[in-house]
Amino acid sequence: MAESKKLYAEDGREIIIKTDHLCIQFGGLKAVDDVNLEIKQGELYGLIGPNGAGKTTVFNLLTGVYKPTYGKVYLCGENLTGKAPAEVNKKGIARTFQNIRLFNNLTVIENVMVGLANQIPCSVFTSVVRLPGHKKSEAEFYEKALEILKVFKLDEFKDYLAANLPYGKQRKLEIARAMATNPKLLLLDEPAAGMNPNETQELMDTITFIREKYNITILLIEHDMRLVGGICEKLTVLNFGTELAKGETSEVLANPEVIKAYIGE
Amino acid sequence: MEFLTTFVNGLSLGGIYAMIALGYTMVYGIAKMLNFAHGDIIMVGGYTISLFLGANPIVAILASMIFCMLLGVVVEKVAYKPLRGASPLAVLITAIGVSYLLQSIAQMLFGSAPKFIVIADLGILKIGELAIGYSTIITLACSVVVMVALSLFVKFSKTGRAMVAVSEDKGAAQLMGINVNRIIMITFAIGSALAALASVFFLLKAPTMSPTFGSLPGIKAFTAAVIGGIGSIPGAMIGGLLLGVIECFAQAVPAISPYTDAIEFSILIILLLVKPSGLLGKMRREKV
Repeated sequence: MAESKKLYAEDGREIIIKTDHLCIQFGGLKAVDDVNLEIKQGELYGLIGPNGAGKTTVFNLLTGVYKPTYGKVYLCGENLTGKAPAEVNKKGIARTFQNIRLFNNLTVIENVMVGLANQIPCSVFTSVVRLPGHKKSEAEFYEKALEILKVFKLDEFKDYLAANLPYGKQRKLEIARAMATNPKLLLLDEPAAGMNPNETQELMDTITFIREKYNITILLIEHDMRLVGGICEKLTVLNFGTELAKGETSEVLANPEVIKAYIGE
Repeated sequence: MEFLTTFVNGLSLGGIYAMIALGYTMVYGIAKMLNFAHGDIIMVGGYTISLFLGANPIVAILASMIFCMLLGVVVEKVAYKPLRGASPLAVLITAIGVSYLLQSIAQMLFGSAPKFIVIADLGILKIGELAIGYSTIITLACSVVVMVALSLFVKFSKTGRAMVAVSEDKGAAQLMGINVNRIIMITFAIGSALAALASVFFLLKAPTMSPTFGSLPGIKAFTAAVIGGIGSIPGAMIGGLLLGVIECFAQAVPAISPYTDAIEFSILIILLLVKPSGLLGKMRREKV
């Protein structure tokens, strides 16, 4: 497998995700044009840009929802281009959504258990006939899910229907569900959207905490500049689908081009 | 006494409808399509049993369930899967096409005349004035077991949870690593196995089978699924039981018995006027 060779940055850290001239065209519109991301192990990377810049489209390209017109996606050196979303998730990319997409008819703990599906083996036949293995694996699902909920301080809500959680907690549960799939890279699509300052602070703490606990690499889309400036180490700014600027957060945010794209002249 | 007998008969018939309705409702919930060929799976199940009856009846029933399971999966793979993402109307028409195909194949193989298929003659249980066929009791017991088992499976198993997740948000489920095609396949397999089981109970009630046998029970079970709220598993069970009881009571009253089917479908129309989403269905609110 020539294609699944691990990539390393100059400083010796592994490159988790790399996109190579990523492009997608919808009819005549180039929604994403020549985006080259390179994110190292353990980094917290921000993807920002005005509305309609193509940020969520990049997420959809990374997770296999869209197939790129041109360009490639590598996860830990393995080419994931063109793989189906479920396959991409198994390889190690998990995500949350801009507009929360929890399974509302399932309880909080069941949502996390769905995320765990590929972590614990159990055949359909075993479950239908209710062989002893079924009970054991169900107990394992429950325990593991509870553990994750405790990390996110959601365990007291475990039997609530997901739809009945307060908004900020729903956002948190989405992250917990994504983490249950045991990803190498976590994609957060506007995690702070619609949150009040308190909830945003709590979210920033959660992100910092899981990053340390799981040593996970995170790519996030955000409009809240306080959050971006507060926790992201590096940024890429998209405008009309192309890279406007990228680099260290403080440098990028001081870039006059970036300020122009966001605020206007 | 006659009231009680009719009621038990109704529940038993309702149990069969519920079993078929579960197939409709699960497929609708998960694949978002109406599988109008589902009723014909009952007919295929019936004929398959007749082929194996030389052996033990239990073996025949299991063989029929396995065959129908495979048939359901093959139909889904060949006819419906290529249309995923196509307009719902195209899928619906295809399902009707599959229905006619199955009926025609059965007609070629077994002829159009009704065929007698006697699985077993179970006799009648008499307690005082109460007289109920053993087949009725077995049907009722089996359908309760099936419904409980299915509910447990959906609620407490990895695949069951994945089914709920897919029915709610296919995209999000895929991004959580769920193989949606596999879940749809399992749904068709379970639904078809239940349809085969339903054919057993129909044959115990009246031991004849014809190529178009599946149409009416299929439509009635579909009605039951819609009454209960299509997409809802408990809804299909309640809808099925309700429809069975109504049918038996309507048949028990000589004045209205010729209009039994009309009464059943009228109830559907009235219910849909009052509660368009069915008894347990959820209204989808469109976000603007």
